[in-house]
Amino acid sequence: MKFLNPKRLYYSMGRRKFFEWLVLLAFTLFFYGPLLHLFMLAFANKYQVPAIIPQEFGFHWWKYVFNQKSLVSSISLSFTIAFIVTFLSMIICIPAAFVLARFNFKGRKLIMLSFLIGNAFPRIGLYTSIGIVYYKFNLMGTFIGVLLIHMLESMMLMIWLSAGAFRNVPREQEEAARDAGAGPLRTFLHVTLPMAWPGIAVAAMFTFIASLGENQGTLLVGLPKYRTMPVEMYGVILDYPATAGAVFALILIIPNLILLLLMRKYVGPETIAKGYKMN
Amino acid sequence: MSNKIKLEIRNMTKLYKNNDGVRNINLKVNEGELVTLLGPSGCGKTTILRTIGGFLNCDQGSILIDGKPIEHLPPEKRPTAMVFQNYNLWPHMTVYENMAFGLKLRKIPKAERHRQIMEMLDLVKMTGMENKYPNQLSGGQQQRIAIARSLLLKPEVLLLDEPFSALDAKIRSQMREELRKIQIDLNITVVFVTHDQEEAMALSDRIVVMNKGSFEQIGTPAEVYNNPINRYVAGFIGDMNFIEQGGKTIAVRPENILIQKGTGDGITGKVRATMVLGHYSEVTVDTYHGIIKAFVPCENSEIFQSGETVTLTFSKYHEFAKDDIAS
Repeated sequence: MKFLNPKRLYYSMGRRKFFEWLVLLAFTLFFYGPLLHLFMLAFANKYQVPAIIPQEFGFHWWKYVFNQKSLVSSISLSFTIAFIVTFLSMIICIPAAFVLARFNFKGRKLIMLSFLIGNAFPRIGLYTSIGIVYYKFNLMGTFIGVLLIHMLESMMLMIWLSAGAFRNVPREQEEAARDAGAGPLRTFLHVTLPMAWPGIAVAAMFTFIASLGENQGTLLVGLPKYRTMPVEMYGVILDYPATAGAVFALILIIPNLILLLLMRKYVGPETIAKGYKMN
Repeated sequence: MSNKIKLEIRNMTKLYKNNDGVRNINLKVNEGELVTLLGPSGCGKTTILRTIGGFLNCDQGSILIDGKPIEHLPPEKRPTAMVFQNYNLWPHMTVYENMAFGLKLRKIPKAERHRQIMEMLDLVKMTGMENKYPNQLSGGQQQRIAIARSLLLKPEVLLLDEPFSALDAKIRSQMREELRKIQIDLNITVVFVTHDQEEAMALSDRIVVMNKGSFEQIGTPAEVYNNPINRYVAGFIGDMNFIEQGGKTIAVRPENILIQKGTGDGITGKVRATMVLGHYSEVTVDTYHGIIKAFVPCENSEIFQSGETVTLTFSKYHEFAKDDIAS
């Protein structure tokens, strides 16, 4: 273990590098420490404080969670909602994003900014006023009500990122298609949409993940009938042992991890930065 | 080339919001002719090309192909095909799919489509590249495919918007030659836009020299080179010396200047520098009228050392009125 001697490291890396490395180490610990702890807890059959490492490892709590009917049904409900929300959101937002990206009309920037409003205020205030509207239209406690809440939250990202993707398709590419004899619709379907597709897929992924993680709105609108995973999580934290909570949390994380891995080629600071550009 | 008029632009005007654009454009292009619109950037040459292609609407006037007006048609209904500066191949399609796109829209059966594409790939010397994606090709190769894609549409008029300006010099001149050969072999009518006067000279049947939204001169490369109509054209095409003399501007090409040692009849001056440029040398001379450039055969370049007094006489020159400078 000679090479882990701090003094040796300090002089071999140089002062600057050494401190950078320390900061990175601290950051990694803060960032991944809880995750690691969670991971450990999920596979602990027996865990009693003050021990750091569980006394017994196994799948005991996984079996337990999958035997709780309400928890399993919340998993399937969460995924059903996430798929429907992503699909509907794409149908609504892709045309809107295209118009915002390609046509320069009066008030365009204002419309773009208006999507930000939903994200600019404390959510709970927004939900209170939404609640009033929901009661009026009898949407409280309905499936459509839950879908609407989810779509509202992902709309900004879906439209902004897609609009950024459309903006990055050079106009000349569309002109070349028109020139070859394609009408506007065919041009959109064969040239614009496929070329913007990676950006749109990233937006759809974020929508999916956001929908899976949405809790406050669903809690207020969907209870008692519609309990998604994050909503159940409240109960799990309060009523179940920490080890069961860890299992449940991992189930929530896994789909996000898979999606991010699949899309890692397209997800990057560049895609996101392009989406947030206003003109 | 025949005398049949293929493309005609009548009194066409297209202005942008800031009043830039082109005014009262009249142009006739014969079948099988290659006409180049030549001018500095912002002179309106691309505007004209885009109105022919249908990507811009003209404010006034009409555009006719084979005598039929087309200015009201959208691009997809026009018998024109355009090759863009940045190739604009669709990156998500293979070379083959890029080329098949327009043919599919024209409902050409699969077997015939395949035959035509293979034939065209052969013509542009790109056989074997059909399954590659555009990003796997070099700039020159991409532009070949772009040209092939346009030619497959069998356009009445082919429009090229600075197609070679993104390529390096060597490939550019090679592409130029190949384009000219294909154009003559297939007898296609072409409108070519460029800001490169050398390219215009090398390619064109006729050159249209443009300035600030209007035509300055239309003529064969030899005509615009040998008989420029005004000072602007004289300065834009080829090398030219301008000498102000008694209210007139004298324009003389470096190759039309005779240079002799010592003083004598003509303009005297001192040699500033001699530069060997291959088969000829460029001698710059400091005179009372400013710096004058002259070309001399390479073997004579040794004779004219800097600082030496020389006399210049002109074997051929043009005279322009002085107020012509404004243009």
